Amino acid sequence: MGLKEKLHSIKEDFKGKKMAPAFNALHTFLYTPNETTHSGGHIRAVDDLKRTMNTVIIALLPVLVWGIFNAGYQHYAAIDAAQGVVREASLFGNFFTWDNFIMGAWTVLPLVIVSYGVGLAVEFVFAVIKGHEVEEGYLVTGMLVPLIVPVDIPLWMLAVAVVFGVVIGKEVFGGTGMNILNPALTIRAFLFFAYPTWMSGDKVWVHGAQAAAGTPDAFSGETILGSYAQNNSVVYDFADKFFGFIPGSVGETSTFLIIIGGLFLMFTKIASWRIILSAVVGAAVMGLIFNGVVDQGWITESSKFYGLMSTPFWEHLIIGGIAFGIVYMATDPVSGAQTNTGKYWYGFLIGFFSIMIRVFNPAYPEGVFLAILLMNVFAPTIDHYVVQANVKQRMKRLKLKTA
Amino acid sequence: MSKDIKIKKGLDIKLVGAAEKTLADAPKSRTYVIKPSDFHLVTPKMLFKEGAAVKAGEPLFYSKKDERIKFVSPVSGTLTEIRRGAKRVITHLVIEADGTETTHEFSKLDVNNADAEAIKERMLEAGLWPFIKQRPYDIIAAVDTTPEAIFVSGHNSAPLAPDYNFSLKGKEAALQAAVTALAKLTSGKVHLSVAKTADSVFGNLKDVELHTVSGPHPSGNVGTQINKIQPVNKGETVWTVTAENLAIIGELFLTGKFNPERVISVSGSSVKKPQYYKTKIGAEVSTFAYSAGINGDNVRMISGNVLTGDQVSADGHLGYYHNEFVAIPEGDDYEFFGWNKPVFNKISSSRALTFSWLFPNKKYDLDTNTNGEHRAFVVTGNYEEVFPMDIYPLQLLKACMVEDLDAMEALGMYEVAPEDFALTEFVCVSKQPHQAIIRKGLDLMHEEIG
Repeated sequence: MGLKEKLHSIKEDFKGKKMAPAFNALHTFLYTPNETTHSGGHIRAVDDLKRTMNTVIIALLPVLVWGIFNAGYQHYAAIDAAQGVVREASLFGNFFTWDNFIMGAWTVLPLVIVSYGVGLAVEFVFAVIKGHEVEEGYLVTGMLVPLIVPVDIPLWMLAVAVVFGVVIGKEVFGGTGMNILNPALTIRAFLFFAYPTWMSGDKVWVHGAQAAAGTPDAFSGETILGSYAQNNSVVYDFADKFFGFIPGSVGETSTFLIIIGGLFLMFTKIASWRIILSAVVGAAVMGLIFNGVVDQGWITESSKFYGLMSTPFWEHLIIGGIAFGIVYMATDPVSGAQTNTGKYWYGFLIGFFSIMIRVFNPAYPEGVFLAILLMNVFAPTIDHYVVQANVKQRMKRLKLKTA
Repeated sequence: MSKDIKIKKGLDIKLVGAAEKTLADAPKSRTYVIKPSDFHLVTPKMLFKEGAAVKAGEPLFYSKKDERIKFVSPVSGTLTEIRRGAKRVITHLVIEADGTETTHEFSKLDVNNADAEAIKERMLEAGLWPFIKQRPYDIIAAVDTTPEAIFVSGHNSAPLAPDYNFSLKGKEAALQAAVTALAKLTSGKVHLSVAKTADSVFGNLKDVELHTVSGPHPSGNVGTQINKIQPVNKGETVWTVTAENLAIIGELFLTGKFNPERVISVSGSSVKKPQYYKTKIGAEVSTFAYSAGINGDNVRMISGNVLTGDQVSADGHLGYYHNEFVAIPEGDDYEFFGWNKPVFNKISSSRALTFSWLFPNKKYDLDTNTNGEHRAFVVTGNYEEVFPMDIYPLQLLKACMVEDLDAMEALGMYEVAPEDFALTEFVCVSKQPHQAIIRKGLDLMHEEIG
């Protein structure tokens, strides 16, 4: 008896029992089920939700790998810098090194494991209680979460946030497909508001910064946004920022890899190109407006907004989490706008508000997650107006006919 | 004012086993079966008891709601069995053919000079009325309404669909009689949409508004054509007739006889020799299925097309409205890592490691596996790619699921039929039963609003 037959007989044993969803969730990872069509059409396209989610994970893997190496790289670079050694980033010279990998994996992989472990446990419990199959939504959320938190976040904090995010952000609404807010961002927002001292400031972005504080080897791991917000000069050049040799949340640093992932997602039709394109446009427009304000001389160097307002609009797109947010989080189909026309507006406003919040919130200069959560809330409103336009057209047709 | 309808959104599902254009006579069927479930929302009132002798074209039962709507026997013989299901609902009427073909005859009717009342009356008494369907609700038309227009699709774009130019060859006179008659029943016109090919059997018809239609499936769906030509508004009714039934209607006017003959395509990857067969409404599928040959025994047999047809067993019968028979392999097997490995042999509307976009002309051998489990709606935007009507499909489906009648009405429920959602169902990542959801929504609306 092969594995397939064995699993089939176990599945039959579980049928109708409480634990069936838990077993089926594991079973369907190995084998797509033997279900056949029973109503309507007799054939179905090959795409299912697992494949969809899996495609997003594939697009996230390069970013994760980069995040692991970068965590190690930033750690050693910061120690060197504290001792007065200046390192010039080079991809194979001092970036893809065994040391960086060990150090990075040691800090990043626990985040991944905690995120998946805790989140999936909650999903399984709810599936068993409510008697439905385990839905795949958390596969992507679980991968997003470690990529949008600082490397040095304590694991217990992450675990608490994941439980909160999955239960309050998703399950209370009815599970995957029913949530209003993006669960990964709900987790991020929970962390931000519950533990603000941990999530902002300059001590969490580089591994070891917290531990080294107060010692002679102390170093700061400030992000570029943090520097700009305090009107400090930034030591990184364009290539550093674009390719991602900079401190920041685990997955957000390499704009280059995010663009690759975004192109892959758009090509596979998993992410909506409408949202991505219009969000980039929206961010650029807001950035240009601020640049224009600075050019007009309305805001001078004495203003606390000067640093971020004078940042060129294109640079806004490659620093901070905006690229990551636009490609991987704004395109979440459940919490985003669902109509094609609505997607243009939804994306545009995300880009627009991201930069606005970033500039006007110097205490924590990361606007994209707040902007996306804000637009999550307004997405149904946008859709409502788009759909109403269609409804009105239909009414008009009727009136023309009767008049 | 004829229109040139160009459909861009849609999906041509190309399957292995299209019928070759050769025609064979199917072996004579011993029994014929009429299933009242083919006539949605009709409660049958029997005119005969078990064991009675019936003639071909003689009414077997009428609709409880409107006794003028009669349903006739396709052959002469004995009504051997009235099979009932749960709650004593009649499920099957079995007629054993006697082979004499005694036909219940009517006088001929000159449709050019007859008035609407005479035409209507003849259609009702001769059992032709069930061939006329109405929108809204996609049910048999109410007798006393005057439709805004009547729509006929002369183009079948569904996968493996029979070619009307082949199956209706030589029926031009009947088609002409039927459209002339139907034109008198509507306040508007009879709209007929044909594919842009030369030599169409519909090409020379008069009394009809001819449109050309092009593009991928569902360009041949009458619902799509209605939406592009003259969409149904609230309070309006349009009628639809399929082309093969148009021929039966016309023939009755010309000859006085109900001719239940159908030229059907027998196709699908499990059919050994896919071709056309001449048979009759309600005939045993085994007569033509085994004449064409079936590969293997784990096979899904379908009366109708793969997107909208009904599953039939090997001893089942051809549905009342169906003009094709398809056999494809059952997909009741597990597939190792089927959800993440690259796929070349199945159709996908995305490119998520699925490569059907690389081979737009490849023909696929699809089975009945759902390729995944039922989930909540997650993905958005993919239905719109295959749904050409000016309607928001996802929003309408959700309105149906929560039984919000106001939203259903506002979003265009009057214009749709379940078959219009066959393609969105096909591409649905969450494997939701779209056609069943729409059918349920229409039934609810019919019950509440009428």
